[in-house]
Amino acid sequence: MSQLKDLLERGKFVITAEVGPPKGADLREFKDIVRLLKGGVDALNVTDGQGASMKLSSLAGCVAILQEGAEPVMQMTGRDRNRIAIQSELLGAYALGVRNLLAITGDYPTLGDNPSAKPVYDLDSVGILLAASSLMEGRDLAGNPLKGEPPSFYLGATVNPNFEPLEIELIKMEKKIHAGARFFQTQAVYQIDIADRFMKEASRLNVKILIGIIPLRSVRSAHFVSKMIPGVKVPQGLIHRLESAPDPKLEGLRIAAELIRKVREHGLAHGIHIMAIGAERSIPLLLDML
Amino acid sequence: MIITKKKPLEEVIDELKSYERVFIVGCSLCATASKTGGEEEVEEMKKKLSECGKIITGSVVLDPVCNLQKSKRDLKDFGVEISKSEAILCMACGNGLQTLGEIVEDIPVFPANDTLFLGEIKRFGVFEERCSICGKCLLTNGVAICPISRCPKGMVNGPCGGAKDEHCEVNPEQRCVWVDIYYKLKKMNRLNELRRINPPIDHSLRIKPGQHKVQRSVTNEPT
Ligand code: SF4
Ligand code: SF4
Repeated sequence: MSQLKDLLERGKFVITAEVGPPKGADLREFKDIVRLLKGGVDALNVTDGQGASMKLSSLAGCVAILQEGAEPVMQMTGRDRNRIAIQSELLGAYALGVRNLLAITGDYPTLGDNPSAKPVYDLDSVGILLAASSLMEGRDLAGNPLKGEPPSFYLGATVNPNFEPLEIELIKMEKKIHAGARFFQTQAVYQIDIADRFMKEASRLNVKILIGIIPLRSVRSAHFVSKMIPGVKVPQGLIHRLESAPDPKLEGLRIAAELIRKVREHGLAHGIHIMAIGAERSIPLLLDML
Repeated sequence: MIITKKKPLEEVIDELKSYERVFIVGCSLCATASKTGGEEEVEEMKKKLSECGKIITGSVVLDPVCNLQKSKRDLKDFGVEISKSEAILCMACGNGLQTLGEIVEDIPVFPANDTLFLGEIKRFGVFEERCSICGKCLLTNGVAICPISRCPKGMVNGPCGGAKDEHCEVNPEQRCVWVDIYYKLKKMNRLNELRRINPPIDHSLRIKPGQHKVQRSVTNEPT
């Protein structure tokens, strides 16, 4: 049984965080971070070659999290594997104790550190969800029966509240729901009215939604997220605060904490998803500010 | 239209480095439209190769190269010239190259062009890929914009998360094809088409090499 599902269904305001596996086979630092975070967050997402960079696998990261007694969310992209590999990995993940899956299409290889890799995309995010749903009904994607008890995942997907035009993103979100998604972790949001506008449309869809938070670390990081994340524009007011703060990192955490408190107090979403992108060790401090 | 581009001349000269006497074949259709193998380009190539010391035994622009039986017949007129040649330079697409190889079995055939894609001539000198020849045309929603060919990821259910300001994450100079599909469907008042879940593509339909034989319909046979 997925603990994440259980908590969300019981109505707890859930906090998840993203951890990136190392570019290497040494999991000691990764496990350190897991130990540091596991008390404060409800589940940990493990990225799958984020930014199309070759890293230790998401599945191995999830198993390490289970060994530390925490709850993993396996991120799975369609970039590197065809449907045979994806389904086979899903079965393996379930057998090893992974219960939550986040389906993602995946950044294009030319954006990453092995740019000459063959882009696979046999399944996009909707296709991965269809495959997982099919396995959960005891059949593979081609309709062949599985042996034994079928796996039972809590299926999730991503959505970007900043996307313009938002209508396309909402249509796609509905398709992901039809394909089996029950929870969503959103792309980073910096303005409460963006979250508001999105939730007004999305709340009728009857799924659990965790608003994405990327704490800013400096003026540069604010420009970076505005450049990298489709639709995101960090408001000028926040950039001024980072500029004039004696400790921009701390100020970035305060900004994130204010937004999280607003989301929680206004009952805007079912939780939040923190993506610290390399600064995972600062998450406990952020959680203390809530 | 098969879109081709000229290989750099140095590359062509390197392919031909062990041969002196060369016969050149152009193509009247796609390569003429691509400006890579029509009459004009064949003449230019003759001049350039002569300047590099090659002897051009002859040349022809076939109509088109990829029609095996027709090209076989048309090349018969050039039997003498070809028999005097050590190499054939093909200024058509990769298909034309192989058709020539089937016809002239004892002389090596070399490409003068790189074959790019199946596309549209937007305007003079500008070409864009339009079809990946996927074996079963999926454009049954009437929108006539192909995401298999125009989205780098071949997304079948809407845009990926990377579309930024309506442009593509892979090539920011290009519009995201799914945003274009959305606007067109919206304009046509057929947005519901976008809500339909498309199953993953059936790749068993594109096993290589593709083969297709038109079955003669029995009813049309003379009795
Ligand atoms: S779906 Fe696209 S790639 Fe496939 S045949 Fe139709 S136009 Fe060509
Ligand atoms: S941005 Fe649009 S065109 Fe580019 S890969 Fe994503 S879905 Fe395809």
